[in-house]
Amino acid sequence: MAQMKFMCDAERCIECNGCVTACKNANDVEWGIQRRRVVTLDDGEPSEVSISVACMHCDDAPCMAVCPTDCFYKTDDGIVLHDKDLCIGCGYCLYACPFGAPQFPKQNAFGERGKMDKCTFCAGGPAESKEEEYEKYGSNRIAEGKLPLCAEMCSTKALLAGDAQTVADIFRQRVVQRGHSDGGWSGNQRRERERTRTGADLNQADSLAYDATRRG
Amino acid sequence: MSLCRNGPNVGVSVALALLLLLTALFASPPLAQAETEREAASAVVGVSPDTWRQVRSGEIGPNFRDSRADSTYNLINASGESWRQLRNRWVSPFGLIAIGGMIAVIAIFYVIVGRKDLSEPRTGRKLLRWPLVVRSIHWTVASLFIVLALSGLNLLYGKFVFRPLFGDAVWGAMISASKIAHNYLGPLFGILLVVLLARVLKHNWPKRHDLAWFKQGGGLVGKGHPDAGFANGGEKLWFWLLATAGLVVVASGLVLDFPNVGQSRDTMQWANIIHAVGALGLTAVALGHIYIGTIGSEGSLEAMTTGYVDETWAKDHHNLWYEEVKDQALPGDQLTGERAASDDRGETASRPG
Repeated sequence: MAQMKFMCDAERCIECNGCVTACKNANDVEWGIQRRRVVTLDDGEPSEVSISVACMHCDDAPCMAVCPTDCFYKTDDGIVLHDKDLCIGCGYCLYACPFGAPQFPKQNAFGERGKMDKCTFCAGGPAESKEEEYEKYGSNRIAEGKLPLCAEMCSTKALLAGDAQTVADIFRQRVVQRGHSDGGWSGNQRRERERTRTGADLNQADSLAYDATRRG
Repeated sequence: MSLCRNGPNVGVSVALALLLLLTALFASPPLAQAETEREAASAVVGVSPDTWRQVRSGEIGPNFRDSRADSTYNLINASGESWRQLRNRWVSPFGLIAIGGMIAVIAIFYVIVGRKDLSEPRTGRKLLRWPLVVRSIHWTVASLFIVLALSGLNLLYGKFVFRPLFGDAVWGAMISASKIAHNYLGPLFGILLVVLLARVLKHNWPKRHDLAWFKQGGGLVGKGHPDAGFANGGEKLWFWLLATAGLVVVASGLVLDFPNVGQSRDTMQWANIIHAVGALGLTAVALGHIYIGTIGSEGSLEAMTTGYVDETWAKDHHNLWYEEVKDQALPGDQLTGERAASDDRGETASRPG
């Protein structure tokens, strides 16, 4: 079975927020909820970099481990889904999640959280009918043989979604193509020279990417 | 006309196309090379492994932006994993050990040592110990405590027992009821606990003889009874546990209960750990309190149900208090008629010296 994963290539992300919009549109999510967010580091500085984040469908999902109702489950494709009928809105998944993915509608009295909402990898969730599924979790594109809309619509193909192996292959190819060590998380030849000059210890993955282009 | 004028035009077009094709063919490899180098040269400059390490540690630079409305989150919630490990690896198992251990200890103690009986037969004369208002607050707080303890335990351990046992439909209703009861009765418990603590504070100031009481183990085992005033050392310990840990549990519970006042995710993680540790500990100690108050010692429960205790019980457990109030003892058969009238009088008189 496939292991579905997201990957955002920070080198390519241009912070257009197209993924955010695509997601909201595909899943018709509640007002105030934004399943995907774009985070920018060093905004306005030369080192500015953006990255799109949502539920990363962890192998060892912390939300699953701490949920008092045990409402999370993993599909055969490695997608982490949750049952809104069981969710009690305690917020524990939010405390544990490394990516700030779980969100709660904030309209209830005394600040009581509603049912948790998060990215479903466009795989819907448990429901009696298709309509109910759409109402609660948004679209189920996986059932239609399609990948999440955010990645499908990413204009620079920074956001990749699909089987972990395929995504990794694409990314590895990109890193090799970039032709410098550190291509995975960006950098340039100037800094590469700097690192060589200072005798910094390049790790194996870095050297691999570097050598491949030299030989090619 | 048009035919002969077209002749050379076609020739030129073909030649141009050929030239273009040839240029493209020969130019391709160097262009591709340049492309790669250009990508490398124009790549983002300053994002280094250090930047990502910083992200991983949960730090936020001044120019951090998040496209989500009113988000206060960093990119990576570094403390989330620590919270998870603390909760799942430490709090959860050790809470079970504390409570299960307490139940086991009490059961073994009851089997081996048994109930603490009165040293002499009852005299039938009664002393007022707890007026109606204290008893009412006590039982309200006690009921709330039990509901909160059970719903809290369900939130921590229920999924391992009841979900496989009853199935999703029952479990869903059960856990949802637990959470609602916990969240709405919690603040009520907090308020009443403060009222109760304030009401009985005067009995619980530590005295020198309390130390001796603890040294003798409260007289739990054997015949003797160490000195005790209105409240003995154990009762005072329970009081001060509730006045410290109890109030911390209430306060941390309020932090978790109302997430709409702007507290951060990290604050709630800590509040949750403090709340769980405190509440599990208090639940374990409460089991001891419940044991001693009910089947653990003869004649104790009636103090909190009827408000009155037998003279013998007072002499046994609270000898110093008994010395103060022994002249106020009432014959048991007079109580029903006089209770209402004597409630207020008895409370003031029962204040320890």
